[in-house]
Amino acid sequence: MTSATDNVHAARDHARIMAGTKVEAMPIVPASASDVDGDVLWEETVEAGGYTSRRLGRGSRLRLVDLHGDSCASMLIFNAECPTERLNVADTLKVQWTAYLGTGKLLLSDMGRVMMSILEDEAGTHDAFCGASNESSNARLYGDGKNYGSHSNARDRFKLAVSKYGLGRKDIHPCINWFKGVEIAENGSIEPNTGPFQAGRSVVLRAEMDLIVIFANCPHVLDSRADYSVTPLRLTAWRGDVTPDDDPIRNATPEGLRAYLNTEDYFRR
Amino acid sequence: MSDKQIAGLAGRIIHDEIVPARAPWIHEVKAGQTLRIVDLEGNQAVDFLMYAVQDDTERYSAQDTLAAQRNIFLRKGAVLLSNEARPMMTITDTNVDYHDTIGGACSCESNTLRYGHHTKSHHSCVDNFLDANASAGRNKRDMVSNINFFMNVPVEADGTLGIVDGISAPGLMVDLRAEMDVVVVVSNCPQINNPCNGFNPTPVRMVVAG
Repeated sequence: MTSATDNVHAARDHARIMAGTKVEAMPIVPASASDVDGDVLWEETVEAGGYTSRRLGRGSRLRLVDLHGDSCASMLIFNAECPTERLNVADTLKVQWTAYLGTGKLLLSDMGRVMMSILEDEAGTHDAFCGASNESSNARLYGDGKNYGSHSNARDRFKLAVSKYGLGRKDIHPCINWFKGVEIAENGSIEPNTGPFQAGRSVVLRAEMDLIVIFANCPHVLDSRADYSVTPLRLTAWRGDVTPDDDPIRNATPEGLRAYLNTEDYFRR
Repeated sequence: MSDKQIAGLAGRIIHDEIVPARAPWIHEVKAGQTLRIVDLEGNQAVDFLMYAVQDDTERYSAQDTLAAQRNIFLRKGAVLLSNEARPMMTITDTNVDYHDTIGGACSCESNTLRYGHHTKSHHSCVDNFLDANASAGRNKRDMVSNINFFMNVPVEADGTLGIVDGISAPGLMVDLRAEMDVVVVVSNCPQINNPCNGFNPTPVRMVVAG
């Protein structure tokens, strides 16, 4: 009996005929996006349970879209040229005297610098406290949590992503979960708000340094639904100017301004 | 004369040390042993990290701990989880209402943001952590969010968060039972620009028993 792939020529033809297939979750190469102005650098839709990473230049804008209202965009950030510098969630909250992230807030590194700023936030439900799901939490909730299964967890997604930059488990730092919210009650209780939400909510970030950004898109660790509930996440980046001296976000608070001054000092070269 | 500060500790005293104001401390605590931290003079933030002895890529995770207990405050009974979601230590007793694990550690760099560039020369907890960890082959990649025993970081209804006056007092303590063999790294916080130490760092006592 013969098959369509019983010799190398037929196997090659069979493989090549798949080219051009379009699915919802995939990178677009070369990057293009009809719904943003400017020079598009990155366009990718991350599947439910998936992950991705990217190097972004200083000044780049990065838009996150919760396409169907149930994304959980868990994010790590590294200084691309010196990845021992990374997002510090504790400093990000403490320095800005806030428990919650939103428009105008900064994402700070552990070296006293601003890594990203939040230009637009139409979601308002984010979480800087609960971190990533892990294999045991997913196994408890869904029966399994391994990367090769259908219930992947955010921490192990991070592990794969950071490995591609020569980084390892010890580089996985506390993360931010975009689109899934928590509120902190007076007694310290964490009240999760994991949706689902209206489709199409977005956040736009500005890279203030040359960065490696890492995303996992897995259910929030406190999502109470019995099913593994998460939907695709769209990421779009485009070229932009480095933040000017008169930028209102740069000048909004004395602490934030000093973070910008430290970043600008770092790039004085 | 009986020593009230070690009263109630089960087993024999294995280690007993006064950590000076502003200093680092590193010590192993084996599974089943208890570490007691005594706030000798009151309102002294004790910044605290821990690593699994067997594999130090497993270490304390503030976010896993918070998510599991669904509360930002560490109280009696809190289980301190690793980045693999395994119990590392349990707060078996404390006579302070709660402790902090969202405020992180002070550093020369974050001090420049919070208080101004003139504070860059001040000694900091991150420098203490780096100093102590360097003796065990660890470096900045090993830094994660820490615990601040005896430190008070409330979140207001409007979302405002910050370090405020402590709720500890002279002689108050916290007991931590190790659930696995851990190496504990402490910075007896040198911060003088916020109320975490009452603007005056003081010594603490570390007792290991079991």
